[in-house]
Amino acid sequence: MSVSQEIPVAAAKAAAGASAGTVEWLQRALPKVVLAPSFVIILIVVYGFILFTGVLSFTDSKILPSFNWVGWQNYVKLWGFRNWITALQNLAIFGSLYILLCSAIGLFLAILIDQKIRIEGLLRPIYLYPMALSFIVTGTAWKWFLDPGIGLANTMHQWGWESFAFNWIKDGKMAIYCIVIAAIWQSSGFVMAMFLAGLRGIDNEIVKAAQIDGASNFNLYRRIIIPILRPAFLSVFVVLAHLAIKSYDLVIALTGGGPGRATELPATFMYSYTFTRNEMGIGASSAVIMLMMIASVIVPYLYSELRRGKR
Amino acid sequence: MAHATQETAVRTNVVVRALIYTGLLFFAGYYLVPLYVMLVNSVKPLDEIRQGDMMSLPALFTLDPWYSAWSTAQIGVQPTGLKPYFINSIVMVVPAVAISTLLGALNGYVLTKWRFRGDGIVFGLLLFACFIPFQIVLIPMARLLGLVGLAGSVSGLVLVHVVYGLGFTTLFFRNYYDAFPTELIRAAQIDGAGFFRIFWRILLPSSGPIIVVTVIWQFTNIWNDFLFGVSFSDVDSQPVTVALNNLVSSSTGVKEYNVHFAGAVLAALPTLIVYIVSGRYFVRGLMAGAVKG
Repeated sequence: MSVSQEIPVAAAKAAAGASAGTVEWLQRALPKVVLAPSFVIILIVVYGFILFTGVLSFTDSKILPSFNWVGWQNYVKLWGFRNWITALQNLAIFGSLYILLCSAIGLFLAILIDQKIRIEGLLRPIYLYPMALSFIVTGTAWKWFLDPGIGLANTMHQWGWESFAFNWIKDGKMAIYCIVIAAIWQSSGFVMAMFLAGLRGIDNEIVKAAQIDGASNFNLYRRIIIPILRPAFLSVFVVLAHLAIKSYDLVIALTGGGPGRATELPATFMYSYTFTRNEMGIGASSAVIMLMMIASVIVPYLYSELRRGKR
Repeated sequence: MAHATQETAVRTNVVVRALIYTGLLFFAGYYLVPLYVMLVNSVKPLDEIRQGDMMSLPALFTLDPWYSAWSTAQIGVQPTGLKPYFINSIVMVVPAVAISTLLGALNGYVLTKWRFRGDGIVFGLLLFACFIPFQIVLIPMARLLGLVGLAGSVSGLVLVHVVYGLGFTTLFFRNYYDAFPTELIRAAQIDGAGFFRIFWRILLPSSGPIIVVTVIWQFTNIWNDFLFGVSFSDVDSQPVTVALNNLVSSSTGVKEYNVHFAGAVLAALPTLIVYIVSGRYFVRGLMAGAVKG
């Protein structure tokens, strides 16, 4: 700065150059400055927090976080818990049926609605509206229908079908299937929309060529159209699998994890161990396992999608 | 996307078409019956629900259950109805949607039109953040909200929904702006327009559809959220989903099914209305959320 006092003209020039440089630098840095807060926030609340939970899973945290390192102890305990094994078995049953049946119903409806149906504009929103509802609302409704004392069973008795019995929701072995029923009701219409978008993207020349070759409609779908839908199947699988692993609200509203602990899922297990039973270390280790399950589905998918996007 | 709404070339005969219509109408019934049952039973007196069948129209029409669900039903220990919690949800959802949408638009703009080295990694990290199971962040987030004095407040919930909504809002705008002609941006730059000027004058005016998609997506997700609500709110700041669950699963007294149904429909009403008014965009949002990249 002392130089600028001695040679004012040169200094003024230098200052002007510097400020022009600063402005230009600001202009160039501005996009990054705008993006930075979001990026830093995500780094902290997603990746930093994942790290934090990961660290807690190796500590003896109970009601409050502690940093006493206990190694793999929580994980060893976790895999010894009957509740956790039940939660995983339930997730396997729920997840596979949910994905399979949603895909089947969704594909079936998409193929039907693709046959130049005149009332398509009316039907599509009817199939899709459950997706706009909260799982708590869905759970409230289905809890009542499936209640053997008052819902569907009672109605059937009123209608004269005296022997009708449906008490799955009270039966520890069958209750998980009630969750499947309600979840399918909520999501299958959405799967229909995903498949329909795939069907509408198929080049009709392929279909016409097969028709000229004399393919029946059944073979046309089995041999040609459904194989073309492979990317849609992949998207459907990824979306449903990740929804299944995260499922929490529906179980809480429909069965509360019961009867007993019969419909426990990893998400409800994590919540009750962390916040109700004050076993934060165990809760954290179950959350880490959940993250790994989701990552094993999502990461390969995102990786392939992003790479395809680049090409 | 060139032939995105093309009709199929598959041909069907009359018998098959009749079967198709039957199947489609059957499924329409399957999706509609639960809503019908909720509505019909929310305007019946409790006795009638206990005796009658769930499909019948009310013999005695009453709006008492709706009144009760809205303003007098016992939720937790207070006989307040869902009203205060409904207001909590509105106070939570409006700023959360506005802030996350604005930030998503800016992020999407930077990531497509001001690309820099490593922007792919930044986007990848934001994208993965959309899918994490929120259980993995519950414990540290509870600590953070406590540290900054936002534990158990609606502001805390707004913050949580903004930060975990950023991934999706950025994704929507990035995909939309990616298709926007970059030549227009370059031309404006040559004319001397700066970063924000280009955003306000050129990109934002043509962002109508994607703003609607994003707002609907965020609104539905935040309104319907239960996990964050139940984890981070206290009695005074609970959103309506948590209050509804308390109403329905409270074990004291007689189970007033009609009130539960009225409450469930009330809690679902905002998202249902949004969906009925702008269903087309809702579908588009779901699809954009499902088909990435």
